[in-house]
Parts: sequence; C-alpha cells; structure tokens
Amino acid sequence: MAELIAARGLTKHFGATRALAGLDLSVAAGEVHGLLGPNGAGKTTTIRILLGLLRADGGQARLLGGDAWRDAVALHRCLAYVPGDVDLWPNLTGGETIDLLARLRGGADPARREMLCERFDLDPTKKARTYSKGNRQKVALIAALASPVELLLLDEPTAGLDPLMEAVFQQCIREARAEGVTVLLSSHILAQVEVLADRISIIRLGQIVETGTLAQLRHLTRTTIVADTAEPAGELARLPGVHELEQRNGHSRFEVDADHLDTTMRRLAEHGVRSLVAHPPTLEQLLLRHYGDQIPTDTAENRARP
Amino acid sequence: MTATAAPPTPTPAAPTTVRAGPLVGTTLLARFVLRRDRIRLPLWVGAILLFLVGSAASLPTQYADAAERQARAALVDNPGVRAFTGPGFGLDDYTFGAIIVQELFGYTAILVALMVILLTVRHTRAEEETGRAELVRAAAVGRHAHLAAVLLVVGAASLLTGGLIALGLGSLGLEDVDWASSWLLGAAVASIGLVFTAVTAVTVQVSAYARGASGLAAAAFAVAYLLRAAGDATQIGGGTWSWLSPIGWAQQTRAYVDNRWWPLLLSLALTVLLVAAAAWLTGRRDLAAGLMPPRPGPATAHWLLSSPLGLGWRLHRTSLSWWATALLLFGLAYGSITAEIETFVAELVVLEEWMAEIGGQTLLDAFFAVIILLLAIIVTIFAVPTVLRLRSEETGRRAEPVLATATSRTRWAASHLTIALAGSAVLLLTAALGLGLSAAAALGDPSVLPRLLGAALAHVPAIWLIVGLALALFGLIPRAVTLVWVVVAYSATIGYFGDFLGLPDWTATLSPFAHIPLLPAEPFTATPIVAMTFTAAALIAAGLAALRRRDLTTPA
Repeated sequence: MAELIAARGLTKHFGATRALAGLDLSVAAGEVHGLLGPNGAGKTTTIRILLGLLRADGGQARLLGGDAWRDAVALHRCLAYVPGDVDLWPNLTGGETIDLLARLRGGADPARREMLCERFDLDPTKKARTYSKGNRQKVALIAALASPVELLLLDEPTAGLDPLMEAVFQQCIREARAEGVTVLLSSHILAQVEVLADRISIIRLGQIVETGTLAQLRHLTRTTIVADTAEPAGELARLPGVHELEQRNGHSRFEVDADHLDTTMRRLAEHGVRSLVAHPPTLEQLLLRHYGDQIPTDTAENRARP
Repeated sequence: MTATAAPPTPTPAAPTTVRAGPLVGTTLLARFVLRRDRIRLPLWVGAILLFLVGSAASLPTQYADAAERQARAALVDNPGVRAFTGPGFGLDDYTFGAIIVQELFGYTAILVALMVILLTVRHTRAEEETGRAELVRAAAVGRHAHLAAVLLVVGAASLLTGGLIALGLGSLGLEDVDWASSWLLGAAVASIGLVFTAVTAVTVQVSAYARGASGLAAAAFAVAYLLRAAGDATQIGGGTWSWLSPIGWAQQTRAYVDNRWWPLLLSLALTVLLVAAAAWLTGRRDLAAGLMPPRPGPATAHWLLSSPLGLGWRLHRTSLSWWATALLLFGLAYGSITAEIETFVAELVVLEEWMAEIGGQTLLDAFFAVIILLLAIIVTIFAVPTVLRLRSEETGRRAEPVLATATSRTRWAASHLTIALAGSAVLLLTAALGLGLSAAAALGDPSVLPRLLGAALAHVPAIWLIVGLALALFGLIPRAVTLVWVVVAYSATIGYFGDFLGLPDWTATLSPFAHIPLLPAEPFTATPIVAMTFTAAALIAAGLAALRRRDLTTPA
C-alpha cells in the first residue's frame, strides 16, 4: 500500500525542551492510523510539523507526495485538521465558521454539511461565544468532515464530546475510511483507538516506540490466563515465559508470553482443566509496557481511562 | 438507595458554625483583585494624575498673563468649544483654576471613566465569561462577595485618584489654585469614578459578555457626555440638559469659581441607587448568564466570508465604523471653531511665537496643521491594534485552523495588514473631511477642504511606517510586538509637547510624524513622504518574510 505520510527522523526542540527525538512515522493510504501517547509525548508537535505550522529541526516530513513545510498550502487543499483545543471567533456563528473554514480549504458539499450538523446535533445559528467546549469541537469536526479531502489529521478530536457524540464521531470515521480517506488519529482514549485504528503507533518521549496492527502489537506482549485445574499445577512456576503467577487450591492466574503460550497450555491441560479464561492483552497493557515502569505519572492518566 | 428507606440524615453543622452571609469572602477577594492589578492599578492612577496635574503645571508657560487667559475665555463663548469640554464658569476672570475645570476636567473624566469601566468588567463579567468565577463561587464565597470586592477596590481607586489630584494641584502653587477648591475638584473627579463604577456594575449584569458590558458602560458614558455637551452648548454655565448628566453634576461644582459641594450629592445618590440595582440583579440571575438572551445569527456564511480578508473585514468592521463616526464628528466639531481660532490666536503671544516657528502662511494654517497631526496620531491608535490582531489570533489558537487550510501565511497576514493600512488612510481622510467641511462652512472658503484632505493624505505614510514596524516585530520577534506602543507613545509625546519640553532637536527625528511636513502650514516636500512609504514597505516585506520562516507559536 502507498505511504501517505512518511516522517523520517524528525527532531524538534523548544528552547531546552526536546519535543521530538528522531520520530519515524509511516501511515499507509486508506488506513486509520492511531497515534497513542500521553500528554507531552509529542503527538501535537508531530501533527503541527505535518501541517507545516512548525518547522522540524531535523529529519524529513512528507505527506501526500509533498514536503510538509515547503508545499504546505497546496497540501492543505487535500487535507483537513481538527485540533484538540478549538477556539473560535466569538462573534461568528457556528455555521459561518464551518463555511469559512471549508471555503478556505476549497469548498464543502452543502448537503453533507447539513447532514453532519444534524448528526452532531449542532445549532449553526448560535454565536461561537455561546458554545461549550464540546460544541466548538463539533464545529471543527463538521468543517473538517464536510470537505472532500484525502487525509484527516485529528488531534484528540473528541476531548469535549459526550459518549453519544463519540459514537457519531466513530461512525463518521468509519464512513470516511470506507470512502478511502486516510486518517491520522492522535488520542489518549484507548477505547477509541482500539475500535477505529487499523494500525497504531505508540509515541513516547518524542519517538515512536512501537507500530503495528493491534494483533501485531498484542503478539509482542502477554496473555492473561485464569484457570481452575483438578490438581494443583505447581510446575507452572518453573515454566519459561510465565509471569505474575498466583495459585490457590487448584486456582491459577498468570500471564504468559505469546511465544510460550502453546507449550504452557499443553502443560496446563495435563492437570485437568475445569475452567479457563484467557484475556488477550489490552491496549492499556501494551501502553503500560512502554510507560508503566518508567513514567508513573503519565500512566496514571492512561490507567484511569476505560 | 431508595427514597423510602432513607435513613435520617444528620443536619449539616456548617451553617451554624461558619458565617454564610452573601458577603462572605469579600475581603479576601478584594485582596485578590489588588494582587492581580498591583501593576495595572498604579499605572492607571499615575497616568491620570500625570495628565491632569502635568497639564495644569504647564499652564503658566502657555499663558503669559491674565490678558492672554481672557483671550482664551473669549473662545469659550463658542458653543462648539463648550460642547467639547465644559459649561464655562468664571469667564470674566479666567484664572488658572477656571481653565483647569473648563478645559482639562472633561478629558480627565473620560480617562477616569475608562479606568473604572475596564477594571470593573475585568474582574466581574470577564471572570464569569472565562469560567474562573465559577471556581471562586464554588468555594465558601457569598453571592454578592465578588461584586462587593470589585466595587470596593475600584471605588477606592476612584477616591485615591481624586485625592492625589487634589494634593497634586494644591501643591503646584499656581496663582488662584487654592487648597479648598483643589479638594472639591478632586472630589468631582472621584464622583465620576464612583458613578461609572456603579454604572458598570449594572451593565455587567445585563450583558453576558465582557465586551458587551464594557460597550454598554462606554455608551452610557457617551450619552452622559453628550447630554452635558448639549446643555453646555445651549447656555454658558450649562443648561437643563447638563443637569441630566453625572458629568454635568461634577462640573456644576464650579470648583475654583464658586465651590459648591452639593451637586456631588446627586452623584452619590445615583451611585447608591445603581449599586443597589446591581446587587438586586446579581441575586436574581444565574452565574455566567446575562439579562439579554443571546441572539441567533446566520446559519450559513455570507459570500464575503470566503477569504482571510473577508474574515478580517468581518472582525474589524464594527470597530472601523465606530472609529469613522467618532473621527468625522471630531473633525466637524474642530472645524466649526475655526473662525474663532483666528481671533484667539492673534491675542496669544506664546502660541503665536510657536506657530510662527511652524512657519504657516496664516495662523489658521498652523492650527490646521496641528489638528491634522493630532488626528494622525489618534488614527495610529486604531491601526496598531488592528495589525497586532495577527498576534492575538496566533496565541488565541484562531490562526491555526486558518493556516491548516489552503491559506498561505502571507495571505493570512495580509488580511489584517490590509485593513490596518487601508483603514488608517480612510479614517484619517474621514476626519479631514469632517474638519474640512465644517471649516469651509465656517470660513466661507470651500478651498479649505481639498487642502486639508491633501494634508491628511501626507500623514498616512507615517502611520503606515508604524504599522510596518508592528508587522516586522510580529514576524521577527513575536513576543515583543507590544514594543511598537513605545514608538506610538513617544511620537504622541513629541507631537503634542515636543516644543514645550525643550528637548534637543534630534529627539524629534525619532518620531515618524516629525518628518512629515506640517501641511498646510509648511510647504509640501515629497522626499520624506516617499522615503517613509518605502521604509514601511520594506518593514512589511521583512515581517512577512520572517513570518514565513518561523514556527507558529500556538499554546499546546
């Protein structure tokens, strides 16, 4: 599949702070690509460099066949952007703002705009100063989704939306994907990324530390097994690849590395399995693998998310 | 838990042990307001003090003797002059004190009202609009505490301003400027502050938006000023209309002439009434809500709103039309007094020498030249914030969504820049049109109009130069854009007081306006005007080039 976004070795400093430290990102045409990481990991900086709003100190950022910085204006005709914090002109109505942003991008389909206003339940006659954070977010989303574009750059686009609107958003992204639109979705809402993204990149301290489909990423980590056996399976503790083992009168709970799953299950079966529950690794566990030990303050936030 | 099975709830102990009145927290909030404005407040009070006391101190250099002051008094016979500043008391013996009340009090009132309106809105409605008041009110803070704290601080600032003005004027030791009258004048200044603090306390209840609340309060001030102007114009000493205005009451104290304290009782009564109304409204409305329901607007955008320039026009059109109206009226009013100027200036030795230095063909030309310069500097105060809107759009996250569309940085910046450049030219010509029209009518000489329009046009490149400087700063050192105000303040000081301050000649050359020939008094020379236009263009080009290369600084 063609590579729509290709970032190679991006670096960016803000004064003494290093925001990006050699970031590589590859997004294929037609996929929904999740960019996961806590605040301050470099998600917004990456997207702003892709938009040509910031200039990378080093590395290369190409998208849609052009250079993110040099060809910014031409590229922006083919993409739409939704920031995480939306501030609007207080004396323009939501409808005026949607039209303005869409026209600046080259125009929007009025029927589509109308349909989106209805689905997101937005009153376009209200002045932007009366909108709540969620409604401002809707204005930016509708302006982006109403334009016929090839690429959507979404930076935590649903931060202020309620669960109903979150569902509408997810539906819209699926429809866009079906139409062949490529989506880069930065988020720290794991559930959203888990259901929407074809591939996921995990960003940490300005670098992509893992990229792949959820299945591929899962392969890199452990499955949780809870089993009741007829006789105590004491030998589990000696098996390679078994971790966090807890045992009590024939009840075992442990995590097992993906490449030891097969042998472990065979040995477990010898003890007479009465009940068995296997949890695939959640995205949360994937993230914790990268963040858990090193930066506890950041992961506290992720752990709190569903 | 179901309702039927609810166990007996213990009575909360808090209300019996903690004070819970509507004013709880007032002192703490007042200290908080003082903490936030520990720089802003002294600057305001200091600036007002400097304006009034500084101007009063310079009076002896402007009027050499009583005869010259009397010549000035003759000018006040013109209704237009009275409409501008005051009713005119003690015109038979036009002392320094009478001049202070007649010619300086009106402008001081404008400054004081501006201070109290902006401060009051900043700490009340602006706090609600941003949601910060919600945090405060969720604490153990009474319903009226916020408003009470702000009224205490701003009211105290008004009294302090009045008190310091009295001390300043009294200690100047000017002829006929005695202590008792100075205290009365200080009290009159303070009364303006108190009344318009109370007016603003009401307008912040009415509008749900800080800008709307300041607009309503400013409109109330404008109405009060116009009522006074109407009354003062109809009759020397003020007519019926003057007595309908709190500004009129303050002037009717006749400080330095008759010293009457009782008109201030009216101001005090109005203040109490308005504060009571504000408190009543606070108790009735929801937090963050106003009394005027927000009006819906168009669901789709007008075709004009399709480009950065269209957006810029939409954002600036209201301010532009208000500026145009105000400047047209300003020009008309100044033009209407031209006939009297000639006779007045003829009798004023100091001014005559100064105007001779400017080198006008006639004294009237010199007067026009000074007015045009004044208008050009005023228009700069429109142009600078208009171009600096680029910076507030950038830091306010509103530039990002525009620049993420197929809009180049140059095209985006050109929008606000074009409105600043074209707008300042249009505004200055509008002011000159007003001045020229009424001067032509007053003098019966239509040739005045084109000469004044030409003179105004010659000053436009100086404004453009300052706009160019603002844009260059925006591109090169965006954090430092406000520095351009230093240039504006410097140019204004040189323009107004340059000759009085006795500064060396080279200091004036740092002001762009000093290079423009003082038309129509001085002969026209194209070189400085062309040079300034090119410099402005170069600064703009440098600013745009730098903007294309730098990072957009938007908060995360």
